[in-house]
Amino acid sequence: MTSGTLSPGRARITARTLRTDKYWISPLLTVIGITAWITYATVRVFQQNYYWAAQGGDEAIRYLTPFYSPCISNGCIEGAAEWGTFLPDLWFIPYAALTLPFLFLFRFTCYYYRKAYYRSFWQSPTACAVNEPHKKYSGESRFPLLGQNSHRYFFYIAALISIINTIDAFHSFQSEDGSWGVGVGSIVLTANVILLWAYTASCHSCRHIMGGRLTNFSKHPLRYKGWTFVSKLNGKHQELAWTTLASLVVADFYVMAVAAGWITDFNTF
Amino acid sequence: MGYKAKFRVYRGDGEQGGLENYEVDVNEGEVVLDIIHRLQATQTPDLAVRWNCKAGKCGSCSAEVNGKPRLLCMTRMSTFDENETITVTPMRAFPVIRDLVTNVSFNYTKARQIPAFAPPTDIKAGDYRMQQIDVERSQEFRKCIECFLCQDTCHVVRDHEENKESFAGPRFFIRAAELDMHPLDARTDRKSFAKAEQGLGMCNITKCCTDVCPEHIKITDNAIIPMKERVVDTKYDPVVFIGKILRRKPRETGKI
Ligand code: SF4
Ligand code: SF4
Ligand code: FES
Ligand code: FES
Repeated sequence: MTSGTLSPGRARITARTLRTDKYWISPLLTVIGITAWITYATVRVFQQNYYWAAQGGDEAIRYLTPFYSPCISNGCIEGAAEWGTFLPDLWFIPYAALTLPFLFLFRFTCYYYRKAYYRSFWQSPTACAVNEPHKKYSGESRFPLLGQNSHRYFFYIAALISIINTIDAFHSFQSEDGSWGVGVGSIVLTANVILLWAYTASCHSCRHIMGGRLTNFSKHPLRYKGWTFVSKLNGKHQELAWTTLASLVVADFYVMAVAAGWITDFNTF
Repeated sequence: MGYKAKFRVYRGDGEQGGLENYEVDVNEGEVVLDIIHRLQATQTPDLAVRWNCKAGKCGSCSAEVNGKPRLLCMTRMSTFDENETITVTPMRAFPVIRDLVTNVSFNYTKARQIPAFAPPTDIKAGDYRMQQIDVERSQEFRKCIECFLCQDTCHVVRDHEENKESFAGPRFFIRAAELDMHPLDARTDRKSFAKAEQGLGMCNITKCCTDVCPEHIKITDNAIIPMKERVVDTKYDPVVFIGKILRRKPRETGKI
């Protein structure tokens, strides 16, 4: 081999790495975590059932899972479809087919997830100072990875979708007849929405738009404040990326469990 | 609490060489560089190692300890097990001169390519003023001691010698960011330079540079990603693009 770390002139060491720690654990956990999540999400999204928890004959509670929001398929249960239905009810079209692709692309182009899947799935690099298996490398400078530069647009769209999720959480405190109350489900959905907002606001593109692109902070005191706040959140972006994956599953599973009648929601309605 | 440590050290140059085993005395409170010096003093008087300050501030003693890019003078012996074999090699992304000493001139070539700081022409020297909050982002990058550990660990060049031509590396992305964010730098082409000449797009933000930086500079989060976002502003943002056409301004944004 005469390339990579064995290129002419470099130390004549053939080992792929001389690291002695368990550097492969973190990429392995990433692969397991992301694969498990995608499997769960795929099953749920195509299940087209148990997405709307309406308990009691008079539909006292109204919980809609984030995986089906907004529910815009002709197959959607009436109460769940708040934004009208216009998509044909076919098995291969998720009920929230309008938003899910954008949410997927938002996370797919996220700077943190990029790091996570480049390192684990793509092994580029497997870990720091561990030779990568690829012969050629051009990074994000060419098609298709050049497309990662569109992250900012998915950020805008994701922020709009977070508003819809917020409205869902808000409705979980109100029964069909308009009376207010609170249930375990309302708390679960609200916690999830707060985390989703934190994740979205901690986005690197958000940090840039907020103030990162400025040169003179002193001329833009409000944006400087905003940038400082987003920068703080941004420091936790990786943690929020994983926490929101978990909170989405918890929120969805809870709604499914109530909708399927496996558990009863405790509430004040 | 002295003990004898097992060391494996690279001996040789870029033509031939290999790892050789030694047993060396270790005293409490020592760092890897002390052990290398003891090796020189007692067993291998011709062992080559580059160092200067022994305080983590000159950036000379960069090497790899147990496969990780590190400063020899800042790697404490107490972080290792007494019976573990400690491997010390030169940085593996650069050509070796001898033993632990590498030729890091790649980095100086890249440094020279960056256009220097350009003060505004409409302000007289002596009249330059700037606010602390405007310059603090650039100041983080001034902490750099030019140890080039980030350059060594970056897989773009470490694993692909051919990319050295087109890729400047993390140390010079922080230089680009430092100047682009500087309130008194008058150049407006730093973003296009980073993209076209420095190969910013080749970085896949996998953060190894940040992981190894002994100055704890947040290279990826505070320099590379903000620079990528700035490039998006000028190159890929259709909203900005349409706005520019309507206002008939050049695509490269100036300082705001
Ligand atoms: S984040 Fe980019 S510059 Fe830093 S080591 Fe990784 S690829 Fe290289
Ligand atoms: S950025 Fe950090 S790792 Fe890179 S040369 Fe400077 S001090 Fe060393
Ligand atoms: S959402 Fe992760 S960087 Fe934008
Ligand atoms: S000898 Fe100066 S940094 Fe180690």
